[in-house]
Amino acid sequence: MIIGLDAGGTHTDAVLLGAEGILHKVKVPTDSEHLFDTVMAALDTLMADRDKAEVARIVLSTTLATNMVVQNRLPEVGVLVAGGPGLNPECFRVGEEYHVVSGALDHRGREIEPLDELELASIGRELQAKNIRCAGVVSKFSVRNPAHELRMVEILTPYVETIFMGHTFSGALSFPRRINTTYLNAAVYPIHKNFFEAVNRSLKAQGLSVPIRILKPDGGTMDIKSSQGYPAQTILSGPSASVMGALASADSEKTSLVLDVGGTTTDMAILLGNSPIIAPHGIELGQHKTLIRALHTESIGVGGDSVVRIAEGEIVIGPDRQGVAMAFGGPVVTTTDALAVLGQLDAGDKDLAKAGVAGLAEQLGLTTHEMAGKIFDTACRRILLAAAEMIETINSRPVYTVHEMYEGLKVQPDQILVLGGPAKQFAARLDVIETELEYGAAIPVPVWQVANAKGCALARTTCEVTVYADTARRVLTAQGEEFQHSLSATATLEDVLEIATDLVKVKAIRQGANPEYLQIEITEQSEFNMVRGFHTTGKNIRVRAQVKPGLIHGYDCETGQLNRPDL
Amino acid sequence: MLRAKNTTGLVFFPAFDWAISPTHPEREERLLYTQDQVLEEGLLDIDGIVELKPDIVTVEDINRVHFCVPDAEAVTTESHFISAGGAKTIGKAVLDKKIERGFALVRPPGHHANRVVHGARGFCNINIEAVMIEYLRATYGVDRVAIVDTDCHHGDGTQDIYWHDPDTLFISIHQDGRTLYPGSGFLNEFGGPNAVGTTINLPLPPETCDEGFLYAVEHAVLPILDEFQPELIINSAGQDNHYSDPITNMSFSAQGYARLTEMLKADIAVLEGGYSIEGALPYVNAGIIMAMAGIDYSYLREPDYNPDHLRQPASIKAEIDKVCEDALKLWANRHELTQALRSRDGSDSRSRQIFYDTDNILENQYETIRFCDDCAGALRIESSSSYGANILGIHIPRKACQACIDQANEWFDHGEYGNFSQIFLQDRVKDRYLIK
Ligand SMILES: [Zn+2]
Ligand SMILES: [Zn+2]
Ligand SMILES: [Zn+2]
Repeated sequence: MIIGLDAGGTHTDAVLLGAEGILHKVKVPTDSEHLFDTVMAALDTLMADRDKAEVARIVLSTTLATNMVVQNRLPEVGVLVAGGPGLNPECFRVGEEYHVVSGALDHRGREIEPLDELELASIGRELQAKNIRCAGVVSKFSVRNPAHELRMVEILTPYVETIFMGHTFSGALSFPRRINTTYLNAAVYPIHKNFFEAVNRSLKAQGLSVPIRILKPDGGTMDIKSSQGYPAQTILSGPSASVMGALASADSEKTSLVLDVGGTTTDMAILLGNSPIIAPHGIELGQHKTLIRALHTESIGVGGDSVVRIAEGEIVIGPDRQGVAMAFGGPVVTTTDALAVLGQLDAGDKDLAKAGVAGLAEQLGLTTHEMAGKIFDTACRRILLAAAEMIETINSRPVYTVHEMYEGLKVQPDQILVLGGPAKQFAARLDVIETELEYGAAIPVPVWQVANAKGCALARTTCEVTVYADTARRVLTAQGEEFQHSLSATATLEDVLEIATDLVKVKAIRQGANPEYLQIEITEQSEFNMVRGFHTTGKNIRVRAQVKPGLIHGYDCETGQLNRPDL
Repeated sequence: MLRAKNTTGLVFFPAFDWAISPTHPEREERLLYTQDQVLEEGLLDIDGIVELKPDIVTVEDINRVHFCVPDAEAVTTESHFISAGGAKTIGKAVLDKKIERGFALVRPPGHHANRVVHGARGFCNINIEAVMIEYLRATYGVDRVAIVDTDCHHGDGTQDIYWHDPDTLFISIHQDGRTLYPGSGFLNEFGGPNAVGTTINLPLPPETCDEGFLYAVEHAVLPILDEFQPELIINSAGQDNHYSDPITNMSFSAQGYARLTEMLKADIAVLEGGYSIEGALPYVNAGIIMAMAGIDYSYLREPDYNPDHLRQPASIKAEIDKVCEDALKLWANRHELTQALRSRDGSDSRSRQIFYDTDNILENQYETIRFCDDCAGALRIESSSSYGANILGIHIPRKACQACIDQANEWFDHGEYGNFSQIFLQDRVKDRYLIK
């Protein structure tokens, strides 16, 4: 059996999945101040009277540190950056303990300026004196040569407990994002460690002893042990849980627009058959742009509890939320109240909703019922319009080769998959609403109320490796794999592809993947002749390989059954 | 948090899968390290800097500018359509006011492509700036445009295309043609009889440093621009003036390029040449982007930058002062010079030989322009190539007067049919292109 749990901002959902499909599901309100209690309570309810020994896999998605990041409540960590020529590294300052140090590499990883070891040691002593236990070290172009970051760790080790290195988080270029990513990982580390160690201990004490996996924003999972090296990857995995939930019922022949209608927002994403689209850079969290790999998801401030207003004779929905709907005793009219008036809500007090909507209807000279219909339509239109903008963004992504320019795929969804509490009602309305946008049928996914928890349960382990080879310098580096090898001057693209594939395999297995069912793909490969004068001096080869996000082997999308003896 | 003072658009199209030949200086690797540097600096993440996806130009866009022999498809590749498309994207975004300024970092370049195209010259097939400008004129009604070519090579193709156009000011700063390809771009090339002075050449001596370049910009380019009052300023931003460029002999630095960009305040910059792919391009391009966006570039420098080695000898300074002075004099006297040029009645002709170094083609041209005070003048070009093509191209300028329209139509209708393999009419009044 598999447990999937998604601790969202409003609700925490959990499912228990067995060979025949979903065995049990629960939904409890999230108490974000006491997230540990919420998670444990949900698991307790889910597993009450069930044999815990049969659980073979547990996957959690929490937004544990999200609020702390957004509200700038993270603990102080030391950040040491070696920039070299370019933008003034002061521009990327994060926190009080931000130190710009000497030392620079160029775009091929060659040293332009050495580190100043005395300077680094003196900063180390300073951090120790201030009792700062975590630090991050980042150098520009460290993904081409980690030597400076490695040396910085050596020098700082006597003074600081835990040190993160920029090059370990991504092979992608962006010094400012690398700084933010490293900072976030260092800052989130203690919270992350305490939380998941506590969860682990509690579950073990209850007889749930399988390794716990954590969902990442790219829709994949990793086990708790590996997550200690990438603690910030647990931030903002919520939207990816929805996408993976939708994936469990996606048609491999179709392009799907995924809509997760929540209380405050609706999260949107695109599936190309069975593959979610990945964001080109990394997640953005508060003011932090990072290199943390994520699915391309966007949010719009239209959800069940969004405030409905009238401005200049038009209905305006959201983006704010002022509590629950009037039908549930809330202060202002929401989309949920419109559903209540239309007789599409099972719970709540219909009369309270009616009274609220009537007030707005009067202002526009409509009947209460007409008004409710208009509110619902407006919400649907807003969502479809936002989806159209997202698709336009995806379609207008820059490309860098002639081939991509002419062969470029245009995303055009031919179905809409709807998740979340009111998924059924929204799907029915989206299906009939007239807009200039053609998306095909709108379908509520099975178990739409907890589809995100199901997505967690079924997500496979993902990872990525970027390999950079420079045959003129005869070096090959793979960021974060502690892999730096000398290379033969005659190494080819094929050699590098093989190395990258092997590295991904090893990494995925280390992070908890099932070795028998690894689907590895190459996402980028390029090879450039380096010519100096009129002679070819070497090749510059770049390869990126990944285990692509998807569902674990053995799950059948059509029957919803799990055909695998080990789970 | 960094914020651009000016909303700046970038099109980045390195054409990573296209090259003339694997070791040709204009090859894929050219923009590889620039892209690395731009990405690593995080320039595209800065608030107010936006990356745009390039358009693809149409054959109609190309035919507004060129007489391609036998047609546009034959003398171009897909890369040229995208590279010109990248420039067009920036131009559109500026005129749609989506961005205040923009830089098309594209390849292949275009400023050696003349009005008639039989093949590639100086790695250029079509003139991507001109294709963009004429698209903007046809679509947005832009009239007065200034092009400042800061590539180390004379922008002879752009000069050729705008030679007779009084509404396009073309200023080229470059290494003296006596010492560098294409060997043209002297002070005495200042425009045809209908557009005297709207072509200005500033040939600078080899080894000119930041000081000399910036002096020429301040003392010649800016005052002339100021008086011309263009609606749009385009910078043909070639980067081969760099001290490390392997095919030129100048001593300009990334700081200098950034300062030049700041002074020029071009609305649109389009990348031209630049072949120091590791030592210069990453830093120069980053500098130009920062300067365009109005971001502090004082921390930017090349790894081997040493300002002490880039000081200018006094003799060079004197030479540059003289060039600037002469250019200003020429500009001031342009109206008198016009009279002197129109010694004959009605029209003027010139014969030229043009060599296409990249494709090894020799072209013979005989060009006739009708004198006109009301428009750029009807233009007629007979052109034959060493490959046997023999064409007649007739050009009706954008704001042609009736007399010039009549003259051009007569040339086209009664053209010596039979003497030519093709006869083209580029009618910019009706925005059409006819072939017979
Ligand atoms: Zn020039
Ligand atoms: Zn050049
Ligand atoms: Zn005329």
